[in-house]
Amino acid sequence: MKSLSIAFVIFTLALLGFSTYQALVVAPTEQTMGEVQRIFYYHVPSAWVAGLCFAVNFLASVVYLWKRSLNADAVAAASAEVGVVFCTIVLITGPIWARPVWGIWWTWDARLTTTLVLWLIYVSYLVLRRFAAGGQTQVLAAALAIFGFVDVPIVYMSIRWFRTQHPQPVMGGGQNSGLAPEMLHAFLWNLLAFTFVGICFIVARYRLQLMENKVEAAHAQLALQGGAR
Amino acid sequence: MSQISVTRSTLLKDLRMEWRSKDAINSMLFFSLLVVVIFSFAFNPTAEESRQIAGGLVWVAFLFAAVVALNQTWARELRNQVLDAYRVSPAPPNALFLAKVLGNFLFVVILEALMAPLFVVFYQLRSVGPVWQLAVVALLGTWALVVNGTFFAALSIRTRSREIMLPLILFPISIPALLAMVDSTTTILTGDGTPDFWLKMLLVYDVVFTLVCLLLFETVLNAE
Repeated sequence: MKSLSIAFVIFTLALLGFSTYQALVVAPTEQTMGEVQRIFYYHVPSAWVAGLCFAVNFLASVVYLWKRSLNADAVAAASAEVGVVFCTIVLITGPIWARPVWGIWWTWDARLTTTLVLWLIYVSYLVLRRFAAGGQTQVLAAALAIFGFVDVPIVYMSIRWFRTQHPQPVMGGGQNSGLAPEMLHAFLWNLLAFTFVGICFIVARYRLQLMENKVEAAHAQLALQGGAR
Repeated sequence: MSQISVTRSTLLKDLRMEWRSKDAINSMLFFSLLVVVIFSFAFNPTAEESRQIAGGLVWVAFLFAAVVALNQTWARELRNQVLDAYRVSPAPPNALFLAKVLGNFLFVVILEALMAPLFVVFYQLRSVGPVWQLAVVALLGTWALVVNGTFFAALSIRTRSREIMLPLILFPISIPALLAMVDSTTTILTGDGTPDFWLKMLLVYDVVFTLVCLLLFETVLNAE
């Protein structure tokens, strides 16, 4: 089991190295935006991993409420934390790109705002987890996770209506959208690499959560037995 | 006991207690009065400007004020282990939840009705669009805040820092509802465009989250 996970980490690192090479060296420089466009190879895959994490968080929360398995709750906790990390990367890399290209750091456009609200929702989820007391944490967190996930499409719809001038998605958008083949190549490699990085993080955090549960249970046991601590 | 009789007796009990103490309504009223005055100093708007910003001011004031009432919803039931007694009784949990939501809804709607004239006076508001639409926005919007707020108050009452926790989890989830309330109010006040989309949005939000609340309340009530 241990050698398997070490192999997985090494494979992920190799993949990440290769995809970084693809993004920084192989992919051609964009004509109008220049080198700053390369942030795209990190920005979009991070957004994808964040979305994936939040979906996993929702599923794990539903499974927890259904089966009451602490493992499902650990998956939910792990994926929410990793999702917030990647969502933060998205929110930081976005403005770095936007400043030279759009001339502004931030605009209240549909996808930017939705991402920010998503980030707020899952940060509040993490805050609730931190502040909830004892054995109720899992139930309360799972309930909030369901609220958060249900809210996301509503947020997107409302902000889309609020700000209709949002820019077209680069891929699968209007007629002029689409990437040069080399760029697409680099992008897809990064997407794969980031997905693997996300899985690594979730698995590591999941194991940590299980250990935390054990430590907490041991403390509770000790307190019950009237131990010194 | 049936669903309706539990809801009715709990609601009547809460209304009677509120009528005698007037805790929630007084603190909400004073709080939103303060917000009105402070915003007025902070922005010092002309009549035309205030028509543009009033939607935001009104709803932020009501949102903050509603949190005051929502925080008190369950605190009362914790004393003397009323919630624990409720859990062991055969009464349906959703009846209790609905009673609490209806109670809070009434308090906040009364607050809005009392505060609306003050807003009109202090900000020299005159609506260009039809005023009855504002009432629809108020009812739908208040339900959106209160149904989730009551549910999240039941969550936050079980955490370590109760009073702070409620806005932290309620505000992010309420952003689309707040956006709909603010934008439809501004649309009606300034008279450009129709608020139809926002009203539908609020209705969808209300229906979806009322269902989610009813679905999950029993689980949260029984959380150990």
